[in-house]
Amino acid sequence: MADISQQLQEQVLQARASGEKLNIVGGGSKTFMGREPSPGAGTLDMSGHTGIVDYHPVELVMTVRAGTPLVDIEAALAEQGQALHFEPPHFGAGSTIGGTLACNLSGPARPWAGSVRDQVLGIRLINGKGEHLRFGGEVMKNVAGYDVSRLQAGALGTLGVITEISLKVMPSPAASLTLVQDMAIDEVLHYMNSRAAEPKPITAACWVDGKVYLRLSGAKTAVEATAEKWSGDVMKDGQAFWRSVQDMQHEFFAEKDAPLWRFSVGSTADNPGLEGDWFIDWAGSQRWFRGAGELSDMETQARAAGGQVNLFRGGDRTGEVMHSQPNALKTIQRRVKSSFDPDGIFNPGRLYSWM
Amino acid sequence: MTTRPEISKAELADQFRTFIDPDYVIIDDETMKPYECDGMSMYCEMPLLVVLPETVAQVQRVMRICHEHGVPVVARGAGTGLSAGAMPNKEGVVLSLAKFNRILDIDPLARTARLQPGVRNLAISEEAAQYGLYYGPDPSSQIACTIGGNVAENSGGVHCLKYGLTVHNILSVEMVTAEGDLVTLGSDGLDNCGMDLLAVMTGSEGLLGVVTEVKVKLLTRPEVARVVMAGFDSVQKAGDAVGGIIAHGIIPGGLEMMDGHAIVAADDFAGAGYPREAKALLLCEVDGTEEEVHEHIAEAEAVFRKLGATSVRTSQSEQERALLWLGRKSAFPAVGRISPDYYCMDGTIPRRHIAQVLTDMQKLSEEFGLRVANVFHAGDGNLHPLILFDANVPGEFERTEAFGAAILKMCVDVGGCITGEHGVGVEKIRQMAVQFNDQELQQFHDLKAAFDPTGILNPGKAVPALKFCQEYRSLEHKQHKHEHTEAAHG
Repeated sequence: MADISQQLQEQVLQARASGEKLNIVGGGSKTFMGREPSPGAGTLDMSGHTGIVDYHPVELVMTVRAGTPLVDIEAALAEQGQALHFEPPHFGAGSTIGGTLACNLSGPARPWAGSVRDQVLGIRLINGKGEHLRFGGEVMKNVAGYDVSRLQAGALGTLGVITEISLKVMPSPAASLTLVQDMAIDEVLHYMNSRAAEPKPITAACWVDGKVYLRLSGAKTAVEATAEKWSGDVMKDGQAFWRSVQDMQHEFFAEKDAPLWRFSVGSTADNPGLEGDWFIDWAGSQRWFRGAGELSDMETQARAAGGQVNLFRGGDRTGEVMHSQPNALKTIQRRVKSSFDPDGIFNPGRLYSWM
Repeated sequence: MTTRPEISKAELADQFRTFIDPDYVIIDDETMKPYECDGMSMYCEMPLLVVLPETVAQVQRVMRICHEHGVPVVARGAGTGLSAGAMPNKEGVVLSLAKFNRILDIDPLARTARLQPGVRNLAISEEAAQYGLYYGPDPSSQIACTIGGNVAENSGGVHCLKYGLTVHNILSVEMVTAEGDLVTLGSDGLDNCGMDLLAVMTGSEGLLGVVTEVKVKLLTRPEVARVVMAGFDSVQKAGDAVGGIIAHGIIPGGLEMMDGHAIVAADDFAGAGYPREAKALLLCEVDGTEEEVHEHIAEAEAVFRKLGATSVRTSQSEQERALLWLGRKSAFPAVGRISPDYYCMDGTIPRRHIAQVLTDMQKLSEEFGLRVANVFHAGDGNLHPLILFDANVPGEFERTEAFGAAILKMCVDVGGCITGEHGVGVEKIRQMAVQFNDQELQQFHDLKAAFDPTGILNPGKAVPALKFCQEYRSLEHKQHKHEHTEAAHG
């Protein structure tokens, strides 16, 4: 529970003066993501920058230091019957909220509850000039200034050091249950999307290994009445199943060194014709593929499905791992990067080789 | 900040006429007149010329020419904005997207709609209704305002607490950059690789690009929606009741508050049957499945009664629900009837400060000698104080602006912000210096330059020049000291 922002700021200023580069590290649970961290760079350790700064359950807003572990945040929320509705994955006990935002990671509820990007209301950030800045705020509606807070989601820490985050939080659902049934992959996209289009309390929909899983959450009566109407068996350990999906502990993800591709595509788009194993989540919007291949070939498949792909884990991480950018956007993103970090101090090459 | 264009008005018009229907390259004052302001009509400026392209390729050519010659460009949708964000630049072009008014595609299974930027907000929901779908954000101007403008302003409405703002309800935006490139931010997927430029573009008030197409998410129409109306004899109790509902774990589809002035004005206007003696009124809409709404309505009624409501009424039919909302939705015109003019503010505050802020606002109202009526998106903390004034009384608008500035400062002081959904535009540009320091404002300028290196897109809006801020802050400081001294002497 300490505020070390001044120390962090000094380290950035020192790095700037000496021309050093910095890899930003929180709990260290997501080092497998992005391109290989730059070997010559020093470490900016966020793990000491922890603690809940402000939490008013009635406001549905919590402000925390970026190095705070997710488990601590979730425990504090649970005491008040609230939760992070975007269900952030825990890749280890040390997973922090700052890393979650930088990597834009959200769990099975994402299509309905929104992502971490959707729930962030404001941040404090140390930019590459060593300035400690505040953007957004602690209120849900705030259109003063550009949305620098959400810009951090998925930027993998390339724009600055996120030191503090204000998030929208929500009440935990009163009841929850999971329906499971057998279904072939070629039927499941239509099925999941049709169910999602019904005015029912669906909060998760995935398919793996020939079975489709739908979660219903909300008022008890509504959950039970919907389960009566819909087909599928009520799963005994539904909660544990979704936890394993959220944290990528499900056996589908067990082989940690094999290339794991993440397709973020249109929910109804035909599944790419690739030989290998699929895990379809987010009612079709997020599809995991286990198998070898070249990024450029995967991109062709992803584009045909209206979206993008990245090499989420494993494989060669010295080359590009993210869906490529068209030239005009590459130019803008390079300029955005230098507007925050003119000397290129933070996480060099982590997102793209050219950044 | 803008430099004098190197190209004359006539030359510019001639160039545009080579690829745009000459009838839609407008240069005469009479035809340009309707473009001189947006919904914030206190701020007016005549543009150099107005152009209405019909294709994306034409928009690109307009941008390339303007970029080459350093001519400012102000993109414009329906012109319903409330912060003068679409006010023309006198040396620049107004780029109207009015001709881009087609709904290109609705996909009922994927629940998405692909739209040209000039499609009206309400038209999306009307078209989607045949599939049981609708578009979430519903600003009060939804009959007229366009989706392109909604992206520029990150528009909200009355359902934001549960369903979010524009930024939560769009998948992708196709836009033309300041340099004339056509790019797509976002995709059909829910998130994308690289920086989230879509988030930055949303709410950027026309300073970063010109929207030429938007893909939005559609929501499933809930099975049922019912509204509980509760009257209170004090603002404090109503404020507590808002907290009580949230603390109970209910997230209403809409949760609105009105104060005494607004209740009477709205009831006179709409005949909604509001409790006219109440000092504060809450409208709490619960939507969802039959079972869920049944359960939550009963709980909401109980919470309101327990927290001291003097009257509680729940809609028993769609007709009654519509009537109860009609009063709220017509609150602005209703207030317009009791005063020659009104000025609508847009601050957001943490909900727990509502009673204090409204009480202090009442004090300011007496100090400034101007009445204020309040309608409030209580669910998400977005205040809309309506300051009543008469523009024909010399000095009264200036006094109104000063009162407005004091309200916004109060919002920032309690941890809120100067604009929840109307944008900064020209109108609130001075108050940006209250919410942000110079380093933060400089970061905004640098970010803008990443998209628009020569600064031709909507110059002079949304983010103030730093020199200007220092002057404003020192002026405020002096005023504050002056008031302080006066108070001490008084």
